[in-house]
Amino acid sequence: MSVKKLSVPELVGRALEGDRRAIGRMLTLIERGGEPADEITDLTHPATKGAHVVGITGAPGAGKSTLTGQLIRHLPTLGLKPAVLAVDPSSPLTGGAILGDRVRMDDVAGDGGFIRSVATRGYAGGLALSVPGSVRAFDACGFGPVLIETVGVGQVEVDVAGAADTTVVVVNPGWGDAVQANKAGLLEVADVFVINKADRDGANDTRRDLELMLDLSHVSGLEDGTGYRPPILMTTATDGLGVEAMWEAVTAHQAHLEATSALERRRAARFRYEVASRLTTRMERSIARSLDGLTPDGRSPATVAADLAADLLA
Amino acid sequence: MAIESTNTEQPTIRVVLAKLGLDGHDRGIKVVARILRDAGMEVVYLGLRQTTASIVAAAEEEDADAIGLSMHNAGHLALAPSMLAALHDADLDIPLIIGGIIPEADIPILEGSGVAAILGPGAPAEEVVTAVRGAVAART
Repeated sequence: MSVKKLSVPELVGRALEGDRRAIGRMLTLIERGGEPADEITDLTHPATKGAHVVGITGAPGAGKSTLTGQLIRHLPTLGLKPAVLAVDPSSPLTGGAILGDRVRMDDVAGDGGFIRSVATRGYAGGLALSVPGSVRAFDACGFGPVLIETVGVGQVEVDVAGAADTTVVVVNPGWGDAVQANKAGLLEVADVFVINKADRDGANDTRRDLELMLDLSHVSGLEDGTGYRPPILMTTATDGLGVEAMWEAVTAHQAHLEATSALERRRAARFRYEVASRLTTRMERSIARSLDGLTPDGRSPATVAADLAADLLA
Repeated sequence: MAIESTNTEQPTIRVVLAKLGLDGHDRGIKVVARILRDAGMEVVYLGLRQTTASIVAAAEEEDADAIGLSMHNAGHLALAPSMLAALHDADLDIPLIIGGIIPEADIPILEGSGVAAILGPGAPAEEVVTAVRGAVAART
């Protein structure tokens, strides 16, 4: 029987029992949003087990997919059952997308793990709006860790840090100099640094620049607040070199979070963030409704907005 | 609104595209991926050297609305039926579309075996998009 014909509670029930088609369908409904997605959130929330959520981010072509592919090959050997959300951008013009991350994760699908390709569907920040809901669904279905691979990001798309327990930032040799390393943004959210393509020239220069940047975090006292200094790992993802050490660094960060109650703080922040994002979505829908058919009437935009806001928030 | 978050509009069609078996000719399937993307679909591209099992797993995990295989090595009469059998065994009711070099004489054979659409070389973008939309609509 097609899973498309099931009601939402039946579908979630099948998914929680491990039916892969039902899980796939449930993720589709989460991605579409709206009431079914909210219902799935309510049904999966009580079944969550607190899976470790790991974000993997970095510039386009840094090697995020290849590293993720190596991880999902490695993790089952540790007795883990990983799930992956691989996010790629939607076209701002047509809404279409080419989701190509699976190309670098071959031979692993269906092997206990689960890979889902996700399009951003107009959401900026490096993720899709549906990501927290999909992470929860994977957690409820018994997967863990959940790996979130972001779109290729620039300097400011750091949403993944709000969605993950541990954020891995992937850079490459020749990516920039020490000044780049000290700019605000992406590098500030790293819990683990990975210099991928470390077989290329300049890997040690990159390492030195990152170490210096971390030294300056120490000077500023940022490190003291947490007692944690992000480690820098070298990998050659295409050959799998350094991937095991990278995962050890991720679990060391997880242990640090658990030992310092930082995990609780991060998850509380994540909860607030998700509530805020859901609230924003609801508000945006209301705003879209009140903008429908609005035409200039001689009043200033500020006045019109203030009047509409008074109605919306009444 | 920049953020698409409601399910009021037509659901986005998700298509899994792959090369099955030992066939390295992937220029055509990459063009098709781009055509479907530009028609507003989400294309999950699996790449080369896939097996029927890896395609079934991807179709389940990605909740595919359609599967497109590109065939340029004259293996279609063996590979297309084995793909259909694998989908049937997995209880997946997903239309299979074949593109590539298919001799005219083989088209009725493939259609008879349950292939939803066959796209030859030089098929215009419009025909590709119509074939996918039509195959998806026929199953829902």
